[in-house]
Amino acid sequence: MRYEAPVSLDEAVHLLAAEKGVAKILAGGTDLLVQMKADLIEPDLIVDIKGILDARTISGTGASGYCIGAAVTGAEMNEHATLRNDWPGIVEGAAVIGSTQIQSRCTMGGNLCNGSPAADSIPALIAAGATASVAGPSGLREIPVRDIIVGPRQLAIAKDEFIATFQLPPRRAHSADAYLRFTPRTEMDIAIVGAGVNLETDGKGQITAASVAIGAIAPTPVLVEAAGKVLIGTSLDTDTLEALDAAARAACNPINDKRGTVEYRTKVAGVIARRAAETAYQRARSK
Amino acid sequence: MKHHISFTVNGDPVEALCDTEQTLLDVLRDELDMTGTKEGCGTGDCGTCSVIVDNRVVCACLILGCEMNGRSVETIEGMADGDKLHPLQQKFLEHAALQCGICTPGILVAAKNLLERNSDPTETEVRYWLAGNLCRCTGYDKIVRAVMDAAAEMRGA
Amino acid sequence: MQEKIGNPPVGQNYRYIGTRPIRPDGAEKVTGRARFGADLKMPGQIYGKVLRSPYAHAHILKIDTSKARALPGVKAIVTRDDFSDMAAEFVPAGEMMINYRDLLRNIMAREKVLFEGHPVAAVAAVSNTIAKKALKLIDVEYEVLPHVIDVIEAMQPDAPLLHEDMITAGVQPKPDKPSNIAKQVEFARGDIEQGFAKADCIIERTFNTKPVHQGYIEPHACLASVASDGAAELWVTTQGPWVVRAHCARLLGWDISRIRVISSEIGGGFGGKTVVYLEPLALALAQKSGAPVKMVMSREETFRASGPTSGANVTVKIGAQKDGTMTACQATLRYQAGAFPGSPVGPGCMSAFAPYDIENVKILGYDVVSNRPKVAAYRAPGAPISEFAVESVVDEMAGKLGIDPIAFRLKNAAREGSKAVYGPQFGPIGLVETLEEARKSDHWNAPLGPNQGRGIASGFWFNIGGETTVTLALNEDGTLNLTAGTPDIGGLRASLAMMAAEELGIELEKVRPLIGDTQQLGFNFLTGGSRSTFSSGMATVEAARQVIKEACARAAKIWDLPEDAVTFEGGTIRPAGDKAGENKPLSLADIGRMAGKTGGPVIGTAKINAQGAAPSFGTHIADVEVDAETGKISVVRYTVIQDAGRAIHPSYVEGQYQGGAAQGIGWALNEEYIYDDQGRLENPGFLDYRIPVASDLPMIDTIIVEVPNPRHPYGVRGVGETPIVPPMAAIANAVNDATGLRFEALPMSPPKVRKAIDQARQACDPNLKV
Repeated sequence: MRYEAPVSLDEAVHLLAAEKGVAKILAGGTDLLVQMKADLIEPDLIVDIKGILDARTISGTGASGYCIGAAVTGAEMNEHATLRNDWPGIVEGAAVIGSTQIQSRCTMGGNLCNGSPAADSIPALIAAGATASVAGPSGLREIPVRDIIVGPRQLAIAKDEFIATFQLPPRRAHSADAYLRFTPRTEMDIAIVGAGVNLETDGKGQITAASVAIGAIAPTPVLVEAAGKVLIGTSLDTDTLEALDAAARAACNPINDKRGTVEYRTKVAGVIARRAAETAYQRARSK
Repeated sequence: MKHHISFTVNGDPVEALCDTEQTLLDVLRDELDMTGTKEGCGTGDCGTCSVIVDNRVVCACLILGCEMNGRSVETIEGMADGDKLHPLQQKFLEHAALQCGICTPGILVAAKNLLERNSDPTETEVRYWLAGNLCRCTGYDKIVRAVMDAAAEMRGA
Repeated sequence: MQEKIGNPPVGQNYRYIGTRPIRPDGAEKVTGRARFGADLKMPGQIYGKVLRSPYAHAHILKIDTSKARALPGVKAIVTRDDFSDMAAEFVPAGEMMINYRDLLRNIMAREKVLFEGHPVAAVAAVSNTIAKKALKLIDVEYEVLPHVIDVIEAMQPDAPLLHEDMITAGVQPKPDKPSNIAKQVEFARGDIEQGFAKADCIIERTFNTKPVHQGYIEPHACLASVASDGAAELWVTTQGPWVVRAHCARLLGWDISRIRVISSEIGGGFGGKTVVYLEPLALALAQKSGAPVKMVMSREETFRASGPTSGANVTVKIGAQKDGTMTACQATLRYQAGAFPGSPVGPGCMSAFAPYDIENVKILGYDVVSNRPKVAAYRAPGAPISEFAVESVVDEMAGKLGIDPIAFRLKNAAREGSKAVYGPQFGPIGLVETLEEARKSDHWNAPLGPNQGRGIASGFWFNIGGETTVTLALNEDGTLNLTAGTPDIGGLRASLAMMAAEELGIELEKVRPLIGDTQQLGFNFLTGGSRSTFSSGMATVEAARQVIKEACARAAKIWDLPEDAVTFEGGTIRPAGDKAGENKPLSLADIGRMAGKTGGPVIGTAKINAQGAAPSFGTHIADVEVDAETGKISVVRYTVIQDAGRAIHPSYVEGQYQGGAAQGIGWALNEEYIYDDQGRLENPGFLDYRIPVASDLPMIDTIIVEVPNPRHPYGVRGVGETPIVPPMAAIANAVNDATGLRFEALPMSPPKVRKAIDQARQACDPNLKV
């Protein structure tokens, strides 16, 4: 098992391209090392991307749109005051992963590439309409985050590619987002359901644009377009919240597993989507 | 594949040879014979192996040894100043905030990192900061009290 | 020597008892110097790993280790062929019994594997990596058999049989067919039918609990070394070095004297470190390889293959009169034992109704095997399960009769003189006092917030004494070295040193306590049954009194007085009676300094079989908040009230109360073993086996009640186990208060709670409050 720590995107891409066996990207390692320990994977090459400046940097502003390196940690995002102010939901998604110790290491790039439908940081990214810059042999290509996970542990990213950065769209006036998840414990847990809501109001309380993405209710995190539509044109009254609840439930295609039943996940998807929307709405109104 | 790594532990320069798959925890315990940092799960779920790397608390079981070149690591062994205990250590003793003691090094290291960032944490902040440090003996009550009392003392309150 | 050192009277002002000094092993533990099971390294050590069954139930047809043996760096391999078979023989292990025939099969499968994770081979190699590689090179041919996990399914006549020759014991006439029911036990008194006939109200309910793991944060670990002459040394994290020694000697066919067992600091046990898993394998590998062998379980192995406690199905039926008098109590307990017989169903039966003084009782218990890891002791083994069921029905009964739950319990409470269902008459016990303290407490009288409910439940545990050796050696400068043999898991050394200093009338710092190994002390039964402060404390007091007696004898010799002409008080020896004032008083330091000239070392050695352990009763109050939409229950306030007899070091008594409550909260809300349809454990890690984290819990308030145990020199009762008994019912009763619904299955996890609320809503249940 080899370990390489390239300092540029090109160098990393070359290492990946040259590897005949299994190569794995190391950012925070909070999933990779666990899988190695469990003998689920035995990489021939580990490429640590933390030496690549782009992957470790948060740049841009709310107005211009942020660019967040794929290897920026949850704790670093949480400590970035303007990012947290502009995109509280995205920061919440990244900052609820694991524990304080995990926060010091975990990254959105790793969370996404782990390919889990329950990944906490992904619903808010999808709801935001975020894109990912994927580095590969033919340079960088940009794809929507929502298109990256195609099935459990399956990614629309080739073996010789990796995610370098995430791009957030410009933050518009009177808009805000929120991420909320449900877990049996308060911390140190995997989402049974997680919902990201991003919405914009007209400044007077009416919602003019909205998107809702939900995790852990289907083989991949899903953008629930019907749920977003329900919100538009409303002031998030009781009927709207009920319709949102129903739309979220209708989008569910979960599995029974050790963390939750189909029936339970479906019901809670409605509850959590509703509560996340309320938080996002409050935030948007106060902007 | 063996890697030659050099970094600092509690301010002292150290060098070690490690395999790619060896974690920082393996390096500390097996190569440097620093067994104060414990292994409770090996998967980042219990916090027993908490150490501070470049001023952030992490699980040593989730970092590769070969990532450590040039980094600075603080462990439980560096917490006391000679025979003078850190206020957190002293308060843990006074409050009986440990029973078996296996989680204690990790909790002390994590709490120290908290107080370096927040000198006056609320009970809730202490509980959430330490949520990644499992203790099966105490029910956390005396741990939380000890941390808050140490914080108060360090503030000079 | 005059008799001045009788039992210190109750209420006396002590110098140390009841104070909160810093524990003597504290500095080691907060600086990372304390050495736990995995912390020792020996020159030339190699590493042992275990190959475990991927199947829940299978015949082992063949084990071929030839490829693994050929791997460079592999030093030894052991399989079933390296252990001689053993006859059935039962020996005590903590509060449980074990059978050597089964224990042998549990540490290394023979004919069959009986649970996923069952060891089939062990390898020692020069590195962990090579040992792991070697495991993959061992070919095991299995014939997979149908398996059974659930206790009720395992009891069915057509269930897959784990042990083809197992005939249920305790049934007359003897069954002619084998089954998975290892044993049936019965406890009865009075006339149960008549009791129910006298009742105005009868409630019967059936409860289900899941196996839960002790969850000690330190996995099992040991380091074994065997010299070429057969002398063996075993460093191990255990609750009982002498018990480990006995088990290893028997399983390996070695003389006991050959094996020196040294207990490391122990990173939690809660009953789970009272049996052997890795230790005999490490010794066998060390002998075969000629090198010290270190073995450490992973967290996953700890969950899959070390004992949780039983899951169970329990039916409780209680009859009571309008005034609250319970007239009949009946229970049927079906406990799963895991792969081998030996669930704690016996203590479960005996403790079920122990808090109550009832005339007519009948309890039936079944010990049932299934394809899960063999259960091990877990804090008050058996009692939390049966008392959860009983205390839930008691609460319901009080509600139905319109009687306050504390008043209802007081009406029926066991008191001094009550005859326990399991036989003995209680001496002074503190149940009534805990209930009265509960009634007076701030907590019980505080208002509740929205969506909150309050519950109360009581609990009992027997506590034990047993074989104990303690030595106390007076040093040349008057300090003393105290050596005890019950591993210190939560502050024992502090309590023992305090009792010794109290007796000797000297500064606490002058007594240095140590946990000795099997070569340094005579036999000690293990730390379990809440016995260590009680038994080792009793032995410490006796050893201290021997030191005093001997010191007085030496002083008499120095002064040329008869022994009964000297007296010991406050650490000083003086001539007594009419000789008083004739000689300058002598301190223990003087005696220590002159010991060589006055007859040799002054040492107290207590070797006792401690009797008179007294039960401890507790009452817990829980406040919960229920999120009806997600089904999540949060414990928002919690108080433990328990009789400690006498709290030697109150902080560590409170610690036991708080820790037991926290474990019970985990058991009530989220902890469970989850299996897939192949009988494989799905959550063998701390991420999905959800023990409470710091942010899940409130502060846990404690009230220490002291009804001294007259059989202990300082009135001590064991306190460690009782605190895990009441929480499940206290929380279930609180959830009932908040929602109007009664939960009969643990854990009360969010999906279950949400489902129950939905069902009640659909059925227009008039009780539903949310």
